[in-house]
Amino acid sequence: MFLPLVGAAVIAVLPKTSEKAAKQAALVTTLAVTIATIVMAIGFDRDNVGLQFVEKYQWIPSFGISYALGVDAIALVLILMSTLLAPVVVLAGWNEAHGGRWSVKSFYILILILETMMIGVFAATDVFLFYVIFEAMLIPVYFLIGGYGTGERAAAAVKFLIYSLVGGLLMLASIIALYVMSGDQGGHTFDLKALSNLEMSSTTQNLLFLGFFIAFAIKAPVWPFHTWLPDAAASATPGTSVLLLGVLDKVGTFGMIRYCLTLFPEASKTFTPVIMILAVISIVYGAFLAIGQKDIKRLIAFTSISHFGFITLGIFAMTSQGQSGAILYMFNHGFSTAALFLVAGWMISRRGSSTISDFGGLQRVTPVLAWSFFIAGMSSLALPGLSSFVSEFLVLVGTFTRYPVHAIIATFGIVLAALYILIPVQKALHGPTTPGNEALTDLNLREKLAIAPLIAIIVALGFYPSPLLKVINPAAENVITQLGFTDPAPTNGGK
Amino acid sequence: MTFTAPVLSYTLLSPMLILLGGALLGVLVEAFVSKSKRSSVQLTLALSALSLSLFQVWQIRGEESLTAAMGSVIIDGAAVLFQGIILIISIISILLIADTGHYTALPAALPGSEEERNAIQSGEQVTEVYPLTLFAVAGMMMFTVASDLITLFVALEMLSLPLYLMAGLSRRRRLASQESALKYFLLGSFSSAFFLFGAAYLYGFSGSLTFSGIQQSVVGGTGNDVLLLIGMAFLSIGLLFKVGAVPFHAWAPDVYQGAPTPVTAFMAAATKVAAFGAMLRIYYTVFANAEWSWNPVLSAIAIITMLLGSLVAISQRDVKRMLAYSSIAHAGFFLTGVIALNKSGLDATIFFLLVYGVATVGAFGVITLVRDSSGEVSDLNRWRGLGKRSPFAATTFSFFLLAFAGFPLTSGFIGKFSIFSAAYESGATIVVLVAVLSSAIAAFFYIRVIVLMFFTDATEDGTSVEIPSILTRITIVVSFAITVILGVYPTPVLDFISNLAVFIR
Repeated sequence: MFLPLVGAAVIAVLPKTSEKAAKQAALVTTLAVTIATIVMAIGFDRDNVGLQFVEKYQWIPSFGISYALGVDAIALVLILMSTLLAPVVVLAGWNEAHGGRWSVKSFYILILILETMMIGVFAATDVFLFYVIFEAMLIPVYFLIGGYGTGERAAAAVKFLIYSLVGGLLMLASIIALYVMSGDQGGHTFDLKALSNLEMSSTTQNLLFLGFFIAFAIKAPVWPFHTWLPDAAASATPGTSVLLLGVLDKVGTFGMIRYCLTLFPEASKTFTPVIMILAVISIVYGAFLAIGQKDIKRLIAFTSISHFGFITLGIFAMTSQGQSGAILYMFNHGFSTAALFLVAGWMISRRGSSTISDFGGLQRVTPVLAWSFFIAGMSSLALPGLSSFVSEFLVLVGTFTRYPVHAIIATFGIVLAALYILIPVQKALHGPTTPGNEALTDLNLREKLAIAPLIAIIVALGFYPSPLLKVINPAAENVITQLGFTDPAPTNGGK
Repeated sequence: MTFTAPVLSYTLLSPMLILLGGALLGVLVEAFVSKSKRSSVQLTLALSALSLSLFQVWQIRGEESLTAAMGSVIIDGAAVLFQGIILIISIISILLIADTGHYTALPAALPGSEEERNAIQSGEQVTEVYPLTLFAVAGMMMFTVASDLITLFVALEMLSLPLYLMAGLSRRRRLASQESALKYFLLGSFSSAFFLFGAAYLYGFSGSLTFSGIQQSVVGGTGNDVLLLIGMAFLSIGLLFKVGAVPFHAWAPDVYQGAPTPVTAFMAAATKVAAFGAMLRIYYTVFANAEWSWNPVLSAIAIITMLLGSLVAISQRDVKRMLAYSSIAHAGFFLTGVIALNKSGLDATIFFLLVYGVATVGAFGVITLVRDSSGEVSDLNRWRGLGKRSPFAATTFSFFLLAFAGFPLTSGFIGKFSIFSAAYESGATIVVLVAVLSSAIAAFFYIRVIVLMFFTDATEDGTSVEIPSILTRITIVVSFAITVILGVYPTPVLDFISNLAVFIR
């Protein structure tokens, strides 16, 4: 986990002029982290639903705070995703930092610090530690958007920070309440497991649940807490957007499973109907707005809102298929959004414009770029054979068994997805080459190297998702059993 | 009639006596040492007095006998902590005060008069700020240990009078500075009068001026409750004025802005510790059994203080005024610790006072660095693009602001967390919710300053960042280090505080 920090320190001592060395160091570090994570994933015992690789040290004993890390399958999958994305982002955004307000060096330092925190936030098993990282993560992202983004970057960065802070403070209030209650019931602690056994009245539970849920809903983002996302994503560099949408927002949905469901099982059930409706609204609303977008980055941001609606739907459907689907969705969405954003970023930097209608006929001029965009887009609309299909299908099936109406409305989201992806694909890739696009260059080797693993994962998991599902399923079932749900009997002869 | 000689227990009093001795020596130095050496002699004297005093405080921390000067003074664990914190803050801020460029050459001269011009031309520079600081520090220390109303009042005046003078010392904008001094003095006198009035009623209620005597009457319930309530209310007004709680906060922005920045730093940080030290002692011991009479009122005051401080700060265009409103909001946060009325509330308030004080001195230290040809620049618009011109100043200042905002991994977060959880523990849920809400509001304007420094381009108007003198640099770096360390690993300090922080009734 601390490997990226070492890399950041190395870059910090490099001289300011050696930008290339900073980039190389960042790439080497992120790759090393990826390998370390893969090794860890291989050593993961998938039949064990508890925490593994546990580390625990006292941090502030007078408050019962400890530095405690550990992963279960859900955390493992997300950490794997984050560490796979990091080198891709570094490689893909090789020249991204040059337009920034500060040096290239600081850009990579920020990225590496962020990577450390991304791992930490998924691995933390102490609520206090989680909160600290959850908030501290905002700072590097804030500087990444504000310092290296484009357009209204400062305003977008502030909007992002304020939204997240407000959510975070609501969560803090809930955490304080949990802490005090733990003190009344046998000793102050922040240990997730101990806190989940607290006894509390249903009113308290509902209030505290809301504190956590709103924080995560802002992060995720679920309608109506989403308004910061399009601005932030459109202003950030493509690499930052990938980390923002691909990883940071997952913290929100991850938090819903890890904290909302575990700590407040009763309240989760109480609020499920409301949340399901919010999720469905997110799906449809995000999709409709995506169709109307002229700016390609904003379009991708709105598609993500729609996708996060699906994830939330899966989480709160309270069925094991829904749950596994949601977890798998988080993983897949990371890669398909990453691919979309990176390709869009290359298109924008080549053309110098982010308006969709400025592109046209790219298929002919830059075939590799066009194909990459096409595959990423198809994955985003969940074409069978690509990874998102499996997860979207699971989510819908899981939802349908318990909430048929929601599932049916959500299915319209898929139809809309076809629209919002196919329209830009058609405009940008096919048709006659519009003036100004004739001289665009295709992807170079570095860019191909960056996009290849993403597409490989998208296709591979589309055809053969079972290795990942085998890891996820026991964890998902465990979550559902702990909540006291059993899967409803399959209707119409099963899935 | 026989007189018994009072037993003073000099050891316990020594920290304060050392300071007073140092201050008196400083007055003599002012009179007899030659102009060229005066400044360095004064600084050495003040620093050694403060350090020696801190050493003495450390020495007496485990003393058995606790009352001194015939029961007028209680040196218990909490008192040792308050005195220690005041001394630590004073030591780092005296290094800031040492930059004589901030003070007028001859404070006695009328602003803009012939006399003043002559003084400036002849290069005169009075250094009376050092003995004044020492007197104020001694008063503050006494304020936290006083255990009868007379001693408390004497201490209050002893800490206030030098501060009134110091507020008027500024070299630039003489008129604003003098106005602020006068304003502070007039309002301060009113609050002292309220305080005395309250003390008189409390005497009427209990027939005693000592804290223990009043407490016994409160517990026994024998006195007239009306007298108690009036006395408590007026006494509280005097104390709330000192901490700058709404609605007794009106002086703070003007005085913070008008006073020389190093003095503001010292005043903002150390006065808060002293006043809350006394306040905690009074509410946790004397009035503890009358909790139901004051808790609702103090809760209401805490709520409006936090909200008003945070909200008004948003509209400020001057960095010193902004920090003044932020300190008002912080006064509200500290009040939540008073309301908590439990051991963890005491520990948390002491810890938070320490971290807030240190960060405040550091933040004002950075402000002294940003100048143009005519002096300090505190207009926020001219702070644009500071991050580019001076990464040192902008980075440290941002960090202090994040600490004020209570961002994780800064000391302010641990402070806020512990004080809020203590208040929640005591059942003050609404106060905690408001506190969290106003933290969110406050974060907005702290972050706006960071945006201004880092994300906007500089205007070309000759605002420059002074290369910090070695003393100022020490102040900023030390405050920065404390803020970081207490944010990342506060355990030793927290444990030390919680082992020591006890009030002897």
